[in-house]
This record gives sequence, C-alpha cells and structure tokens, in this order.
Amino acid sequence: MHPAPSVIFFSVFSGLGFGLLAWLGLGIPAVTGFSAFAFFTIAYLLAVGGLISSTFHLGHPERALKAFTQWRSSWLSREAWCAVAALVLMGIYGLGLVFFDSRWTLVGLLGALFSLGTVFTTSMIYAQLKTVPRWHMPLTPLNFLSLSLAGGALLAGQVQSAVVLILIAACLQIATWLIGDKRLAQSGTTMASATQLGDVGTVRAFEPPHTGTNYLLREFVHVIGRKHASKLRIIALILMGILPIVLLLLPFNHIIAVIAVLAHVAGVLTARWLFFAQAEHVVGLYYGKR
Amino acid sequence: MTTLPQSTDKKLGLVIDLDTCVGCHACVISCKGWNTENYGAPLSDQDPYGADPSGTFLNRVHSYEVQPEQGAAQLIHFPKSCLHCEDAPCVTVCPTGASYKRVEDGIVLVNESDCIGCGLCAWACPYGAREMDQEEKVMKKCTLCVDRIYNENLPKVDRVPSCVRTCPAGARHFGDLGDPDSDVSQLVLERGGVDLMPEQGTKPVNKYLPPRPKDALPEFDVLAPFLEPVIAEPKGFLGWLDKALEKI
Amino acid sequence: MNQPVIDLSPKVSDEVRKTTCYMCACRCGINVHMKEGKVAYIEGNRDHPVNKGVLCAKGSAGIMQHNAPSRLKSPLKRVGPRGSGEFEEISWDEAYQIAADWLEPIRKDNPEKLAFFTGRDQSQSFTSLWAQAFGTPNYAAHGGFCSVNMAAAGIYTMGGAFWEFGQPDWDHTKLFMLFGVAEDHDSNPIKMGIGKIKGRGARVIGVNPIRTGYNAVADDWVGITPGTDGLFILSMIHCLMKAGKIDLHYLAQYTDAPVLVNGDEKSPEFGLYLRDENGKQLVVDRVTGKLTAYDTPGVKPDLSATHRAKGVTHKPVFHKMAEMYLSDEYAPEAVAERCGIPAKRIRAIAAELARVAFDEAFELDHAWTDFRGEKHTKMTGRPVSFHSMRGISAHANGFQTCRALHTLQIILGTVEVPGGFRFKPPYPKPATAHPKPHVGMTPGAPLNGPHLGFVHGPDDLALKDDGTPARIDKAFTWENPMSSHGLMHMVISNAHAGDPYKIDTLFMYMANMSWNSSMNTGGVMEMLTDKDENGDYVIPHIIYSDAYSSEMVAYSDLILPDTTYLERHDCISLLDRPICEADAAADAIRWPVVEPDRNVKGFQSALCDLGAKLGLPGFVNDDGSQKYADYADYITNHERRPGIGPLAGWRMGEKGLQSGRGGVNASQIDNYIENGGFFVEHIPDGANYYKPWNMGYQKWAVDMGLFDSPQPYLFSLYVEPMRKFQLAAEGHGDRQPPEHLRQRIKDTMSPLPIWYDTDQEGNEGYTINALTQRPMAMYHSWGSQNAWLRQLHGRNPLYLPTKLMRQNDLTDGDWAQVSSPHGEITVPVMEMAALNENTVWTWNAIGKRKGAWALDRDAPEATKGFLLNHLIHELLPPKADGMRWANSDPITGQAAWFDLKVKIKKAVAPKESRPEYPPIKSPVGQGPDTLAWKVGK
Repeated sequence: MHPAPSVIFFSVFSGLGFGLLAWLGLGIPAVTGFSAFAFFTIAYLLAVGGLISSTFHLGHPERALKAFTQWRSSWLSREAWCAVAALVLMGIYGLGLVFFDSRWTLVGLLGALFSLGTVFTTSMIYAQLKTVPRWHMPLTPLNFLSLSLAGGALLAGQVQSAVVLILIAACLQIATWLIGDKRLAQSGTTMASATQLGDVGTVRAFEPPHTGTNYLLREFVHVIGRKHASKLRIIALILMGILPIVLLLLPFNHIIAVIAVLAHVAGVLTARWLFFAQAEHVVGLYYGKR
Repeated sequence: MTTLPQSTDKKLGLVIDLDTCVGCHACVISCKGWNTENYGAPLSDQDPYGADPSGTFLNRVHSYEVQPEQGAAQLIHFPKSCLHCEDAPCVTVCPTGASYKRVEDGIVLVNESDCIGCGLCAWACPYGAREMDQEEKVMKKCTLCVDRIYNENLPKVDRVPSCVRTCPAGARHFGDLGDPDSDVSQLVLERGGVDLMPEQGTKPVNKYLPPRPKDALPEFDVLAPFLEPVIAEPKGFLGWLDKALEKI
Repeated sequence: MNQPVIDLSPKVSDEVRKTTCYMCACRCGINVHMKEGKVAYIEGNRDHPVNKGVLCAKGSAGIMQHNAPSRLKSPLKRVGPRGSGEFEEISWDEAYQIAADWLEPIRKDNPEKLAFFTGRDQSQSFTSLWAQAFGTPNYAAHGGFCSVNMAAAGIYTMGGAFWEFGQPDWDHTKLFMLFGVAEDHDSNPIKMGIGKIKGRGARVIGVNPIRTGYNAVADDWVGITPGTDGLFILSMIHCLMKAGKIDLHYLAQYTDAPVLVNGDEKSPEFGLYLRDENGKQLVVDRVTGKLTAYDTPGVKPDLSATHRAKGVTHKPVFHKMAEMYLSDEYAPEAVAERCGIPAKRIRAIAAELARVAFDEAFELDHAWTDFRGEKHTKMTGRPVSFHSMRGISAHANGFQTCRALHTLQIILGTVEVPGGFRFKPPYPKPATAHPKPHVGMTPGAPLNGPHLGFVHGPDDLALKDDGTPARIDKAFTWENPMSSHGLMHMVISNAHAGDPYKIDTLFMYMANMSWNSSMNTGGVMEMLTDKDENGDYVIPHIIYSDAYSSEMVAYSDLILPDTTYLERHDCISLLDRPICEADAAADAIRWPVVEPDRNVKGFQSALCDLGAKLGLPGFVNDDGSQKYADYADYITNHERRPGIGPLAGWRMGEKGLQSGRGGVNASQIDNYIENGGFFVEHIPDGANYYKPWNMGYQKWAVDMGLFDSPQPYLFSLYVEPMRKFQLAAEGHGDRQPPEHLRQRIKDTMSPLPIWYDTDQEGNEGYTINALTQRPMAMYHSWGSQNAWLRQLHGRNPLYLPTKLMRQNDLTDGDWAQVSSPHGEITVPVMEMAALNENTVWTWNAIGKRKGAWALDRDAPEATKGFLLNHLIHELLPPKADGMRWANSDPITGQAAWFDLKVKIKKAVAPKESRPEYPPIKSPVGQGPDTLAWKVGK
C-alpha cells in the first residue's frame, strides 16, 4: 500500500491525541485549570490535527459531512461519529476542568470511551479489509490501541504506566509484524486464485495492461523501500519502545521526557510507514507484484 | 445506502471467455470512449502526451504466461473490470453511501455527487475495479453501461455494455446471471465458468470461462492411419495415381 | 432503501454520421456520434460488411487521433536545415507555386526526375493516375516493403492472395491454420472469424515463432524457427502426397497439374507449358488419350499421362511435383531440426489436415456450371482453411514460401470451396488479367500505362534500352524481376547513390521514411540530409504530405498538410483495395463528418489542384481549367473506363440507379452517406464458391464491371513466367541477365515452390532471429500520438525466450546490447516463455524520435522505446567481390525485414535506449498536461 503521509500522520497523531484524551477522561493525571488547559490543548492539537491531516487524503473534503451517514455499515463513518462524540464529550469535560474546576466523571468516562473508540474504529478501517491480509487480523486494532494508550500515557506523564504499556505495545508490534508477514500466504489468495489459471500451470504476469502506471499501482503496489524493512523495523522498535523505556527508567527530567516522547513518536511514525509500505493488497497479484 | 440489498431482482453481469480473448484492448478503449462521454465525470488522463501518461480506465486487459507441467508455455489475455459482486465489500465500506448496489439488477454504482474521494472502496476491492479519477477526484468504476442497457434512445440490439458490443472476438457476453436459463448462465454451466478469488467471499456476478486445453492435438500415432503411405517410391506413386484416377 | 434516481436513457448524441475508419488498413464502418457539431463517441457500424458492429481499440480511439495535438495546421516551408524541424507556415497558393516551380521543369525535360511514392495510402488508384498523368515511371505505394510476396505469390499461383483479399469460409471451416499474420489488415474480420469458429469447437493451429494474439488463442501453437515456414509446408506436402491424401479431382479439373510441360532440354521452350495454336495449355484427355486444350468441353484432364513426340517425353506438372516433393529431402525427419518442429508433430499436423479435408468433407446443395460447361448439382466442401500475412512473406524466401502454402491448400482442394479459403471480389483474377508494368516515358506527356503490374517473362522487365533499370527503385529488373509493388524501401538509397540515376524531387505521402518505415534508419536520415560538393542536397527537393507531425516532416522541404480521417473524402474502391466479402462486392467512402478547423486539405484534393496547375491530362478540362474541384468531385465524376468509376454503387443507368456499371451520378456520395457510407452487392448462391471456374460467378463479375469478359483460368502450381526467367539465365533469348545474377535466378526462380535458406553471408556469429510484431492496438507509428493508445504501449521491451535470458544472465528490466552486422542498439529486455527459443522480438514502431508527434521530449517512446530498424540494412553485407545485394526477396524485391539475425549481450543500463538522436523541433508544439475530453454537457 502507498504510505501516504497524510494517512500516516493522521493515524499516528490522532492516535496519540485520542490516547491522551482517554487518559484525561479517566482523570489521569488529575489536572485542572491551566495545567488541564495545557494537556487538553496538546491532546486536541494532536487529535484534531490528525483528523485535518486525514482530510488531505480526500478528493472532496467539502463533502466530508456525508461521511456521517453510513454508520450502520462503514467503519469510516463510525470513526467519524466516534471522533466527533469524543471531541465534544471531552470538550465539555475539559471545560469543566479548566474553567469550572469540576470533574464531570461520567462525561469523562464516556469521552475516554469514545476516544478509544475512535482509535478502534480507525484501526478497523484497516482491519476489516480482507484485501490486505496483513491488516485483516485482530492484532491490528490491538496494535493501534496499545500504541494509542502507551503514547497517551507517555504524554500524560504516567511514567510507570507508560513503561508497562510501551512494553506491551512493543510486544504487540513485534507480533503484528511477525504474524502479519505470514498473512498473505495464509489468506489463500494467490495469482492462481486471482486468475483461476492455476489448473493450467504456473502463472506468471506477462505484459501489464498498460505500460505506464495507474491509480491502482500507485495506491496499492508499493515496492520501493520494502527492502529496508527489517532495518526500519529495528529502528522503529528502538525508537518507539527501547529508547523511551530506558529514558523513562532514568531519573525524571523534562528534557529526557521530551526526548522519550519524540523518540516514541518517531518510532510509531516509522512503524506506521511500514504498516502501509509493507501491506500487500491482493490486487497486486494481478500485476504479478506484492 | 451502503448496506447491501438482501437480494436483487436480476444479477446482470459479464461472462468473459478466456479461450477466445485475443488481447486486442478493444473493450478497454470502447469503455474509455463511452464512459468519458457518458455517466458522470469524464475518464481523465494525466500527462497524456508526456513522460508518464496515466489515465482512468474502468477495464484493463492483463496478460499472463502459464507454464504447464509439460508442453509449451501459454499466453492468456485477461480482461478485468468490476465484477458486480453480490457481497460487494466496496459498497459496505463507503462512509457516504455514494457506493451502492442496485436492487433491480445488482449493478454496483458510485453516485459521484456523494463521493468524498476517500478511496476506501478501492482498498476494499480485491480486483482493482475502482480507480480514482485524478481530475475529478471521485471514484470511477464500471457501470455495466447502465446508461446503455436500458437506453430507449438506442436500438434494442445496442442495449448492451459498450465493451460487449465492440468485442471483435465475441469473448464478452452480457446477461442475467441470476436467471439459470439465460444464455450467459447456460454458457457458464457448459464451459465451467469460474469466480475470481472465490476465497475473498465477494461472490462475483461476472464469470470467467477458462481456456480450453491447448496443444492437445492427438499424438501422431493416433492420426497415423491418415498418412499411411500409398507407395514407397516415386515411381510407385504414379502407379497408385493411375489406379486412383480410375476411381474418380 | 432509496437509491439515487439516475437517467437510464440519456440522449446518446445529436446525430450519427457513418463513415469509414482509417485507424489502420482494416477499413471498418464506424458510427460517429456527434454532439454540438463535435465528435463525441465512435463505435462500429452494425450494418457494415467488414466489421458488423465491432470495433478494435484503434477504431474506438479515433476521437483521440482526430483531436491529436500532433495534427499539422498549415502548409509549411522549411527554413532551417533538413532534419531540424524548423519551418514557417505558408499559404496553399505559395505551397503549390513552390511545388510547381520544381515539378514543371522536370515534367518538361525528364519526368523520371520525380519519384512519387506513397505509404499508407488508401487511394492508390488515384495517386497512380496522377503519377501516370505526370509521366514519371517512378511511382509505387508501400507494398514492396510490406506485402508484395504475399500478393504476388497468390496472384501468380491462384489469382488471389491472403491479406484482406480473401478469407476462410468462417461458416464452414473446421480446421483453420494460421501462419504469421500482421494485425492491421482484415484484423476485425479475423478476430470475429476466430471467435466464431472457436465458439463451435473448430480447431485453430497457429504457426508463429511468437505466441501472442491469435496464436495465444490457437488450440495448437507451432513455434517455428523464422524463415523456415516454406520447408515445414513442403514437408507436409510431402506427407500428404506420399499418403495420397490429395484432391485428385480438384487438381485435374481446376489446376495446371495435368498441363504438359515441354521436356525437350534443347528447346528454348524447355520447361514451358505445351500450348495449342491459340496459346491454350494442353492436357491429355483421359477419355480420348489425346492432347487437348485444357478448357475443351467434356475434357477429363489426366494427371498421370505423359505425351511423347519426336523422341521427347513431355510430362504433366503433376509428375514434376511428384518427382520433387516425394523426395526424402522433404521428409519430416529431414526438416524437423531446421524448422524447430519435431518430425512427429509435422506428421500429426499433416494427418489432421488430411483427416479434416477428406473425412469431414461435406456438400452444399448449390447447382453450378463450370467453365467447361459441365453442370454440377452440388458443391464439395473441404473444411480446412489457411491464412497468412507478413510473417511468412517478409523473408527473402517469402515468395516461394507463400507459393508453397498455396500449393498445400490447392492439393488439399480447399481453395474456393465450401469450408476452405475464399477470394473476395475483384478476385479471383489471374496474373494474366492484370496489367503489365509500364515505363514508357515521354517528356511533357503521360506515361504509356500503369506503373505496376505483373511480368510474364524477361520481355516485360522495366529496363532501358541500355539494359539499366528504368525505375529509380529498380523494380522489374533482373535483381527482382517480379516486383509487382515496386520497392519503396530502395528509393531513398538509390536516389542518394544516383543509381540507376539521380532524381530532382522526391514526393511522398504518409510514409515515415526517416524513422520506422525505413531499414537503416540512421543511414536514411544521413542520405536525406547529405549535400554534394556544391553544398546542395543530394536529393534536391522533398515534398511530403502527412496529417501529423511525424519524423519525416522534419526531413522535407515542403509540407502539404493532410486532414484527419474524419475530415476528408475517400473512396475505398473496387479499382483499388476494396472492402469486399467472399460473398459480396463492396466499396465505401469517407466523408467529412466534421470540417477541418485548420488550414489543411485532403492530399488527394491537393493533387487535384496541383495536377491542374501543372496542366496534367485528366486533371484539366479542354479549356485548361481545373477538372476536379476536389477529391469528392473526382470520386463522383471520374470514369476509368466507360461506365466504370471509383465507386460501384448507385451509378446512373438508363432506367435509374444501378450497381457496378453505369454513368456518373451527381448524388452518388449522398447515396453512399444515406446507406451508411458503403455499398454491398451480394453474389448469388451457386455463384459464390468455385469462382474462378464458375460461370455463374464469371457472368456476375462481368455484369458488375469487375472485368469485361469472363476470365476462367487454371490455378498455376507451376508458374511459367518464373521458368521464362530461368530460361534466360540458362542463356535463351535476347534479354539476358547480368552474369552475377545468372546463378541466383536459376536457383531461386523455380516454377514449383522450393525452400532455400536466406542469404547468410556476412552473418557469421549472428544467430538469433529478431522479429517485430504490430500490437493489435497500434498501427505503424500512429498510435503514439493517441492519448489513449499510448498508455497501452508507451514503450517496448525486447522479449527474449527463457533460454536466452538465462544464457545472458538477464532478468526482467535489465538492458541488453543487441547487434547485427549493420549496427547495434541497447534496449530493455523482458522474458517470454511462449516464444521460439532462438528468437527475440519487440513491438513495432513504438520507439519515437524526440520532438515528433507532439510528444514531450522525455516521453517513454523516445527514452525507452526503440526500433529494430537500426539493425536492418537495405543491403546485405558485402560479398567476396565487394558487391552488396539488396536485403530483399530476389524474386519480388520484398523487403526482408524478418531475416534479421542478431547477437545479444547484457549491458549496463544506459539513461536512454540507444542509439539516441538529438530532438527535432516540433512544428506543432506540445500536447496539453491533462485531458478530460467530454463534448456533451
């Protein structure tokens, strides 16, 4: 799949933002007033910034409101609802904290739920796709949610939780990679099933339909950079997991904390780039490509 | 609208004969012509005279080389467009309802004025049947020429998709695959028509007729009686000739 | 559920205008849908005899050709050096004046100084008339580098050829055997036919080194070694004769197999037919045992009997065939390795031909009368048919190979019978019914007859009194005596060399000679730009007409811009290459469904103007005024013979409009337009098979004006004119070949088909066959300017068989240096398994020169695309004596494109495919950055 920057930024930053909102909704840290304002600003910048980034991916963002209509069947529509619900609820909750010094617990819990729901629905947009076997597994939402919660904990300054959650997220990330690597083969979709010519013999793509490229190849067949995948995985793991954990285990220091956050985010961005770049859409089989 | 209908009155679709498709691309260009001028936005082309020309096409012809265990490799031309699946994943993922499957005939369409161009339907389609038009930024796909097949401004005989009308080799057939007695259903039955990627669970309406066995001329031993020499020597040939001429 | 309401019956167009496609030479009927006066959509015309509604990719993409940014906009005068592409726009008046200033003195002093050659011209009967009126002997179209082997072999052998001049009996055939076919003639009918017969389970056998297209759908593929088809065919003939699986009745009745051949070795007529005092071929009548003219009523020609007179035995042709083809040198085992086909497979195919031809023979209940007056109640059908085109003809042994294939179908009795191969009118028409070549030149006057035709012996050669060639292309000379289509591929090199003489003006139409239409492309560019010691161009003047900014434009001095095919009048005429079916005569028109929006003019209309300006007879009235206002005027009013014009439909008879013969009808073009742009006249049942010998057909053909009297004839398994050239080479007669050609003429001009390996001298070390094919979606160089088609084939790899890929350590996307004795190219490669293991190939004419066709300079056609032409020379490598012979068939002069042999080695990927040429300046600018071509709202 084409690793579109808009979608990578969207999913990483909104994941972080909604992760932080989830923590805030649960009352962790129990901030009010100006410090609540600071936390909420960061969370909203990330969540809303991510959402805005995602609209760069749309051909017609001006019609985006139509995306609320199909919540019965479409995960993307559900994501839109969850995101709005989370932002509205957490907005109300945040107002209470910042301006009224009041913690409306139920609103906060609901806000947290919808925040995680947003991350979950985002992940389900990918996990639902049978066409991308690497994504089509329960590990995908777990991967997204764990990273969101870990990143949220990190931003929320919950050092102990963050260490544990980052460890979990890193383990899930490794599992996602290792199991994901086998998904295409396990899916049963092959050039033979795609062309139904397997009974005749071994199928090999000959001339492509057009000598030039096309939307499908640009969107679904991303081969460039994959050869560096294993190196990038190690880098991603070090940045998102090992380095933040090591840094967090050091005596607390704001600069070190910022470095831990930046390392984690860089790691997640790398992992998310790989999430797309390594994903094989089955349509590539028609082009003899993965 | 993005929930799929429980059932459709008809299952209109194509049957594509891989045994006769010569790979001429007639269907590709005829489709491009009709659908540029008709339903929805034109199928645009970027850099059409430049280094990297790339346009929107609703139908593309692949080719595959197939190496049997024994004998010569074969070349199969393979046209591919929307299969108008019964369980069309492209429809259910659509957040706006722009993608839908028609109740009357099962045709999967995009209502372009509702399309936000998110591309998710194309992601959900295993067949590469949907392409985002880079000029109009909406999703384009085969309409099964819905604006031809019922079009009262066309003679009845022309109320078929443009790819079917134009196919010189007669490798494309159009009809109701929901009706077991239709010509297309009968053809599928006779020739063992198949679904592409059945494991994806999309239940495609379009069917593909597999190529007939190739290079299956009987071994010479079977045909040998037809070449039983009448003589051994040229001289003997003239003797045979004389006798043979007597008989006619 | 509330689905969107959509308009299921939108208006399709304001109007449908029906004309003829020109996206290739297939000439299908098209419906051009117009919206607001613009072309909105093009589809096939269901009523049209050629395509019956279907249309290929090229045809459907016509809208993009019509709108191509590469269209020339105005007459152009060269202002920079030749080859630069620098021009200024001029008026038509100025253009005609420049042309007249060059042409008038030529015509007055020495008309041969004009060489007028046309390329993908579909108006040859008109352009040749113009050249004839001008008086130059130097006219031909592109047949010489395209198809002359196929055309000439067919016409000399059986009075008709493959290509689009005949077709299998698609309704009855059960076994269809296809040898290498070009994809731009009869392409939709062949696709339709293959689809049809496969639909009913008939077997298709494809013989081609490359398994693409038709060969991909063939039930059986024979991946033959290029250039050995003749040997394979003769081996099957050997098997069939040996097994007696031949149609003796057919051979005796309808062919020259029983005709006696002079056996007197001392006679100057040794090897010629025995003829009676009326010149009729003689056979022995099996009933009377006497020598009898072949067409005597009641005669039963004897295939076996010989005739002895004055101590000499004269044997029939069939004896000679038996002596020749029963020889073990044609046994499958003897040819298998050379052909790359196992002996068992050759036998199996021959046996299958025999099985279907004889075991599945059938009869149609059509009564008919043959030319001997014998009445038949039924027609015997043999459901085996063959077809072939450039694949077997573009070799230096192509003429004999094509003849061999015709011999095969004739001994099976499958020509012009139900289930077999059938001619389309105006064929059958024997070589003797065609004109002979004419070169009788008188300054200021027309030529003494048509330029091209069929020679019947040395007397018909186009030689000057001193024995030197009369034509610039050396057609009809000892080098290639039977060159019925001329040799367009030799014109520029001969003109440049001044051999046989220098010319003053080269005038060409639709022929991309400075690029893909020439062998030795780089050399041709040099010849076109070469200057003499005075600094003048060696070829002083070049006039060129094209609709598009092709590579050739830059090499011309004066450009006459042609229209697109939707803006012009044309006639697809029975006088030329019509669109007939085996069951019908048919012709068609083009008409301007839109008017040009540029200062351009149909080339034929420009010739009407220029012909009048030059005062050419036939182009001016008695008072000297212009005779034909434009091409449409000519189409309507020209009469070739009284009552015979360019179009056969809706001619004026005494009682009103009639078909075939008749006077001029001022509304004829309107009649065609009303009928969808074409005319069809069906052949009556009972007259539509066995046409060469069927008096019902002969009468119908005379009524239609195809010929003026019945022309029944025998098929010529033995081509007597070839024997006449051999006799000359053996020393008989006044006209003698030059010594260096004597042996070659003896060896190659066998009156019975033979196979010989093409000249390999100088090819040592070059062992891999290299071929080109035409993609189904592209025609010559035209497709690349078409925004839709160039996306299908924007560049071309060289396809290598698996074995050669491994041997050279190549994988897809690597580059290889490919060299021939003549040159080298460096190109991208791709593996193909379904390919003869010693053959490489690529798509033809995808490579483009930078700056041409209104493409960007970095277009993939120019950076990754390539031509094999750079590897092919118009001359073979030098012989021991330094002589260089033409890379052509020694019989017809057909360009031997497919004799190319190369070697291959892996190369470091260059930035661009090589050779690279500097860009030419585009006279039309460049195309837009995006296209969203919707005409209606």
